[in-house]
Amino acid sequence: MTAALALGDDALVLSHRLGEWAGRAPVLEEEVALANIALDLLGQARVLLSLADDEDELAYLREERAFRNVQLVEQPNGDFAHTIARQLYFSTYQELLYERLAHGSGPFAPLAAKAVKEVAYHRDHAEHWTLRLGDGTDESHERMRRGLDALWRFTGELFEPVEGCEVEWHTLHDAWLTRITSVLERATLAVPEGPRRGGWAAGAGRQGIHTEPFGRMLAEMQHLHRSHPGATW
Amino acid sequence: MTTMAADAGAYEAVFDAALAADERIEPRDWMPDEYRATLVRQMAQHAHSEIIGMQPEANWITRAPSLRRKAILMAKVQDEAGHGLYLYSAAETLGTSRDELLDKLHSGRQKYSSIFNYPTLTWADVGAIGWLVDGAAITNQVPLCRCSYGPYARAMVRICKEESFHQRQGYELLLALSRGTEAQRAMAQDAVDRWWWPSLMMFGPPDDASAHSAQSMAWKIKRHSNDELRQRFVDICVPQAESLGLTLPDPELRWSEERGHYDFGPIDWDEFREVLRGNGPCNAQRITQRRRAHEEGAWVREAAAAYAAKHGEAQA
Amino acid sequence: MSGSPSAEWPLWEVFVRSRRGLSHTHAGSLHAPDAEMALRNARDLYTRRSEGVSIWVVPSAEITASSPDERDPFFEPSADKPYRHPTFYAIPEGVRHL
Repeated sequence: MTAALALGDDALVLSHRLGEWAGRAPVLEEEVALANIALDLLGQARVLLSLADDEDELAYLREERAFRNVQLVEQPNGDFAHTIARQLYFSTYQELLYERLAHGSGPFAPLAAKAVKEVAYHRDHAEHWTLRLGDGTDESHERMRRGLDALWRFTGELFEPVEGCEVEWHTLHDAWLTRITSVLERATLAVPEGPRRGGWAAGAGRQGIHTEPFGRMLAEMQHLHRSHPGATW
Repeated sequence: MTTMAADAGAYEAVFDAALAADERIEPRDWMPDEYRATLVRQMAQHAHSEIIGMQPEANWITRAPSLRRKAILMAKVQDEAGHGLYLYSAAETLGTSRDELLDKLHSGRQKYSSIFNYPTLTWADVGAIGWLVDGAAITNQVPLCRCSYGPYARAMVRICKEESFHQRQGYELLLALSRGTEAQRAMAQDAVDRWWWPSLMMFGPPDDASAHSAQSMAWKIKRHSNDELRQRFVDICVPQAESLGLTLPDPELRWSEERGHYDFGPIDWDEFREVLRGNGPCNAQRITQRRRAHEEGAWVREAAAAYAAKHGEAQA
Repeated sequence: MSGSPSAEWPLWEVFVRSRRGLSHTHAGSLHAPDAEMALRNARDLYTRRSEGVSIWVVPSAEITASSPDERDPFFEPSADKPYRHPTFYAIPEGVRHL
């Protein structure tokens, strides 16, 4: 179940990162919005991981190298613009991917059909904030530009075929780029330039190769569960 | 006041008659200045407690030991943000903006419930907060659903409805620990030992030492005395603790046939005053994090306002 | 916008239709920089337990309300027109569908 792990880990890890915002959002209304997105993603993760095995064993007892999420979702939150840039890149991708899975006949069709509505809302949230930060003040424009640039190098990996997802990855990529370009134009922002993936032949998240902050994230997430082997909660 | 304004005495008579008939006072009604001030203070303090109260629990979101528990905790902390929002909205009906209230919180001129100045040291604290702290809060809040001020009462109806799962999840969490391994059981008992007395303090000082109680009761903002609610809470908790298989840390706790209630030992009011005065274990930490979140969010709020102005949205 | 830190977002009143066939009722209020965000914030805040199928948001400043001072001139006159209510009329027993 390579695909269940890949998609499940994407949702699990991004949900965890968004959960780190609790109590720290720029305004109370946004606390509620970010938590809604995190909860949607966690719900998706639980369904997907359960397709593969026991959800808690997968989340809490795997080593870093066994996680199959893309590196984009594990990137630390940074400022609000950085988080919104990550949301924009990922939710646009996730919506397009789930739309295709929902219309297919694979094992993920029922889940994707339900999740795509949630994800469409996440994408809408990210787009609205991208417009407001890009076309807000000089400071917000600059912060948004920095966030988009910093995360650009993690976007290539999104379109690497996942075994078990019968999707035309090329057209998915083209649709993604068209959409991102259009949003960034409306937000008075430029589409970042530069490489879309790292030059290391070992690969990236889908091969279990992660970035350094991910290990610390997992240490925090897993420590309590691992401190009490066999316990139920 | 319009040209139709009659003398203050007539207004006061209308206000008093509404209270006497158990009718609600609504935002644009005439009300005594002191009634207004008391309500703004109480609603603000209540709202502040909700948003500061997110911190001790959010402390465990990233470490929740199962995905099910993690989802529950995230939803609960989110509810607290929502409840803060409902309460700030209710306070705003009396003409005080949320910014003003937040400013008073950040500068220490308004308080929040002292209970949130205690730390969450272990996972079991999440359960103890749900069972005891939310339990005490619900005991306090249910009568507020009948508070004389309409917007506050309506906010409380919504909050009480949504909070019904908060206490249950805490109890269920502790039950799982108490039926779990020896280490889990010990963790649960330790948390209950630490949270029991501060929870009893949540009902406020004893009736004979409570500054605002009598007037608030007369205005029907408050319906029961501090001591009455505290006793009700103790009576509810004792059998619940027994079902949990955990003990409450009070050697004097015993059923009194004569009173028809549980007797309990003396509360350490010195500790209460110390924590209230700012000398609790987390006072500085909580307010620092709150201020930082607000300050770090300033550029985001400004950006959205600037965007709205550019794109022709009317600014209030 | 000079971006002064005290530039608070305006207040919006939120009305939610809880299910088809019912009218929108007042749910509460919230802050948002503009109408689009107000709708989204309302969706996140007031319908997170599936409480609604449709939402209206209105800037609080745009609401014109009757004043409590005018309560008598506004609402008293109708109190003495019982003939507007069906119970005013005596109908012989046995007459149906009226």
